[in-house]
Amino acid sequence: MARALITVPASARHGEIIEIKAIVGHPMEPGFRRTQLGTLIPRDIVTQFACTYNGVEVFSADLYPAISANPYLAFFTVATESGTLVFNWIGDNGFSVTESAAIAVT
Amino acid sequence: MSASGDRRAAVLALFLAAMLSAIPISAGEIPLALRRSGYDFMSRETRAMQDDDSVNPAMLWVKDGEALWNARAGSADRACSDCHGDARQSMKGVAARYPAYDPAKRRPVNLAQRINICRSERQHAPALAYESANLLALAAYLGLQSRGLPIAVAIDERTRPFLEAGREIFNRRQGQLNLSCAQCHDEHWDKKLAGNPITQADPGGYPLYRLEWQGLGSLERRLRNCLSGTRTQAYAYGSPEFVDLELFLMWRWRGMKVETPAVRP
Amino acid sequence: MKERRRPANSRRRFLLAAGGVAAVLAFEPADATVAEMSDAMRKVVGGAPVAKGRVTLELPPLVDNGNTVALTVRVDSPMTARDHVKTIHVFTEKNPQPNVATFRLGPRAGRASVATRIRLADTQTVVALCEMSDGTFCSGSADVVVTLAACLEEL
Ligand code: HEC
Ligand code: HEC
Repeated sequence: MARALITVPASARHGEIIEIKAIVGHPMEPGFRRTQLGTLIPRDIVTQFACTYNGVEVFSADLYPAISANPYLAFFTVATESGTLVFNWIGDNGFSVTESAAIAVT
Repeated sequence: MSASGDRRAAVLALFLAAMLSAIPISAGEIPLALRRSGYDFMSRETRAMQDDDSVNPAMLWVKDGEALWNARAGSADRACSDCHGDARQSMKGVAARYPAYDPAKRRPVNLAQRINICRSERQHAPALAYESANLLALAAYLGLQSRGLPIAVAIDERTRPFLEAGREIFNRRQGQLNLSCAQCHDEHWDKKLAGNPITQADPGGYPLYRLEWQGLGSLERRLRNCLSGTRTQAYAYGSPEFVDLELFLMWRWRGMKVETPAVRP
Repeated sequence: MKERRRPANSRRRFLLAAGGVAAVLAFEPADATVAEMSDAMRKVVGGAPVAKGRVTLELPPLVDNGNTVALTVRVDSPMTARDHVKTIHVFTEKNPQPNVATFRLGPRAGRASVATRIRLADTQTVVALCEMSDGTFCSGSADVVVTLAACLEEL
């Protein structure tokens, strides 16, 4: 499965509030489920997400098993300058995904 | 039994009691004017997931499908795109007419099987397993190229016997509950089962992202759920019974639009 | 439909089977986590008072499937350097664990609004607790009705 889908406007006016959407491919196995034979399926979730804008963190999140599979997050940030937004997800069993998107601010 | 199991059981009991004593409102096909996509029965929030590709998790698979389309594979070392070019042109409308007759197999094949024919015969690569992430990804990517186009499977003297076989399965009472697909999906589509709308057995959005699965799945996987729900032995993936049933469902859905990759509860 | 053509116990078998499958649902409702939720909230606020209001939870009143429920949290805040939202914690009372997510934002967000998708094991109340830049807390909540899926997957 693809690692992530990111939606960032390609360009924005200086000072404009822009919406950012991010989906990462992950089953979010909560760690409470049992198979029909009764064995517990171990937890395997994404635990942390962070978004930096030209190196400065603008949004971050701690995620728990109650977040749906293929975690979706949408949030806002002020378009301050042209540059790069970097998205990072970290989780159980060494899960780590990094994606980036460029934005041109006029 | 858990609390939710008890509640589910109680609701199902009420529903089945009502349904089994009800006189069928209509027998036979749903008239064109009354045909409604599974989409129309969903909540506003679930519809919003299908409406916007930037929030539809199925697009994770579509993105993979595009990469696979352009990746060389097998001992022929060729990509799908090497022969078929840009899928946006070459595969436009293809998914809307599957299952389609395959002269070599002398029977209809579904889109997943058609992809695997090219895998083995053109790429000389091992077939992709049914329901594997890669096969779903390619099927979703191809399906997307037909999104919005009307479903039109070709029925002629070669495919008609398979269509009739599929129709027979749809109308056959089976399983421990002795229920047919038609009893739920033709006669009671406007009712609810344990709080969920029954709907009209819309096959046009597959592979789709089902909230229940928390992932992408094929029409055959969905049919297996309905079969096990009525305590009927499910057919094997790719079996003639499934493809015949799929052909019938797509013919029954003729003129309705492809919604791949759809979202369903 | 002719009732008598059905085997006598078939309905019961269907129901038992349905109950059996329920055991592998992603989230089973757990008892008595209302107290756990209060504990989890107390851990965040300590002894500080929590004002009701300013926080809006947008959740569908009726859910198609508890595996994926759209949630938007909005806080009424100017989001300036002097007055902004620092953290939003989301809790539920009947999931196996009260914590759902913690979001950290700041003046650079421009707007205090976050959307995600959550799992809800049962009909219940969802609470958002918000910490402001001046150290005060406020909260909002919403009730959701969750129905269970009909034709379930057999694992
Ligand atoms: C070496 C060339 C070659 C490669 C590589 C190849 N195909 Fe094909 N494909 C063909 C040819 C030729 C046909 C049509 C003739 C036939 O029916 O076999 C075809 C037919 C198809 C069809 C049916 C189209 C229709 O109109 O019904 C689909 C779908 C398809 N290919 C998908 C794929 C996919 C997906 C891949 C990569 C996994 C792929 N093909 C790789 C040559 C190729
Ligand atoms: C007891 C009633 C019942 C029977 C019998 C039944 N189904 Fe279903 N079917 C449902 C319900 C209810 C749903 C929707 C469930 C949901 O979304 O949670 C459904 C969903 C479907 C869907 C998915 C539609 C979409 O929009 O994606 C298809 C396709 C389908 N059924 C086909 C069949 C076929 C084919 C059969 C016979 C083999 C069958 N069903 C038998 C109740 C039934």
